[in-house]
Amino acid sequence: MPETIKEIQDEIIEEFSMLDGDQEMTNFYIMELGQKLPELEEENKTEDNIIKGCQSKVWVVPVPEGERLNFKADSNSAITKGLVSLLVRIFNHQKAEDILNADLYFIDKIGMNRFIGTQRSNGFGAMIKQIRLFALVQKDRIEATK
Amino acid sequence: MSSISAQHSDTTFASSFEVQKIREMFPILHQEVNGKPLVYFDNAATTQKPQSVIDALNHYYTHDNANIHRGIHTLAERATAAFEETRQAIQAFLGAREPEEIIFTKGTTDSINLVAHSFGKANVKEGDEIIISAMEHHSNIVPWQILCEDKGAKLKVIPVNEQGEILIDEYQKLLSEKTKLVSVVYASNSLGTINPVKEIVDLAHSYGAVVVLDGAQASAHLEIDVQELNCDFFALSAHKMYGPTGVGVLYGKRRLLEKMPPYQAGGEMISNVSFEKTTYNDIPYKFEAGTPNIADVVAFKQAIDFIQSIGKAKIQAHEQALLAYAHQQLEQIPGLKIIGTAREKVSVASFVIDQVFHFDIGQMLDARGIAIRTGHHCTQPLMDRYGIEGTARASFSVYNTKEEIDNLVEGLSKIVKMMRK
Repeated sequence: MPETIKEIQDEIIEEFSMLDGDQEMTNFYIMELGQKLPELEEENKTEDNIIKGCQSKVWVVPVPEGERLNFKADSNSAITKGLVSLLVRIFNHQKAEDILNADLYFIDKIGMNRFIGTQRSNGFGAMIKQIRLFALVQKDRIEATK
Repeated sequence: MSSISAQHSDTTFASSFEVQKIREMFPILHQEVNGKPLVYFDNAATTQKPQSVIDALNHYYTHDNANIHRGIHTLAERATAAFEETRQAIQAFLGAREPEEIIFTKGTTDSINLVAHSFGKANVKEGDEIIISAMEHHSNIVPWQILCEDKGAKLKVIPVNEQGEILIDEYQKLLSEKTKLVSVVYASNSLGTINPVKEIVDLAHSYGAVVVLDGAQASAHLEIDVQELNCDFFALSAHKMYGPTGVGVLYGKRRLLEKMPPYQAGGEMISNVSFEKTTYNDIPYKFEAGTPNIADVVAFKQAIDFIQSIGKAKIQAHEQALLAYAHQQLEQIPGLKIIGTAREKVSVASFVIDQVFHFDIGQMLDARGIAIRTGHHCTQPLMDRYGIEGTARASFSVYNTKEEIDNLVEGLSKIVKMMRK
């Protein structure tokens, strides 16, 4: 049984609480998380897969697996890569419906808004929106085959 | 490269006592950001405001607020007098012949748009050519593109060399009888380059073209005399020279302004209105339709007074010392490359670091309380010229210190160590 979106968020909140609100440490931790994200194949780094709304380039590619979704992602910015890795970690192997209904309370709890500023927040928001769009497409696809 | 600023004759740091005295005038500087003392190096985007500017805004709304020019009561007269005093202060600041040549706008962008719409509409026709440079801000590219599209005119671009200097030979090749207008930046926001604008103006005039100078980045740093430069138009923004946001200036020569049609229509800009015919007011009011940003224009005078009280020569000497020191220190950082190494520069240090994305640099410095700018700085064609997506840019002002640059360099060294594998 995979962990639920809520369980993963709680883990992330726990991890970030150890950084004590130090922004520099938080940045380094986010970048460390990004480094663990598997490299995205060059052929997937296309204009179509870029998420708009951020100063940096972010690619997110959905990989459907039955009724669940997996994601591959990358960025040309180390910090953004770390941020998108958090979303991949939360949403990987979840049902489309759960992705659509998820309450992402971790963003506020780890002080993402406060730390990341409006511009980056928008980029982060755009990533979430795009992932939800992928989930919506997946949900429609599943329902069509029923 | 550390010789860049050594070529300036006077590049001495103001004494730390003097800088401390100046810093005390800027309340915003005395705060912590992310637990660290604020280091504000985003002055090319906007400068901070001295207490006198903040007080003037407060004073205006507390004592003098009224609509200007038409009221006959005491408050209206006081507000009008204060508004017109700023116009005279700007006239003196720019060395304009008369106050009527000073038009208040929303900012440099608005000023350039005014020229493009008004002068452009009346004077540019099919087959004409407009020349800009490769280092222009988008606000000095797009208005001309739109005008050229409208009129069937052609936009020509002066290339820049690797150091970020305009190629005057190439400019001369572009000039012809077809050239109607040349619009160039006095000092580049993303490279710092100070362009040889006097030479650019004289060459354009020899072909009968008029010249617009984008003075947004020059006005807080360089001694400006529009009559000596002999430019036809000069645009600036108050907020980049210690004044409020939302106020700018367009200087224009009287004989040109008088012949230009109004840009926007409404109150103030008219002389007489009937449903059959409207006659327009005289300059500058012809171009100031509607109630202007009175309070901010009034407070702008305090910013001019602040600059004059220190003196441009002293401001420049201190900023050039900061720039030379920054260049020298930044170049010690492994993998760092300065973008924009012109011989004449304002206090802008733009750079890229190998394997470190500029956005991450900005984010990491912010964690240390250091405010810089990252990205393309609204000069995408220029970034394309260098084959980069953007830079990290630290821009210095009169209230910055050598110690703050040390702080920046220390932060960058740490970031580079952590991020470059």
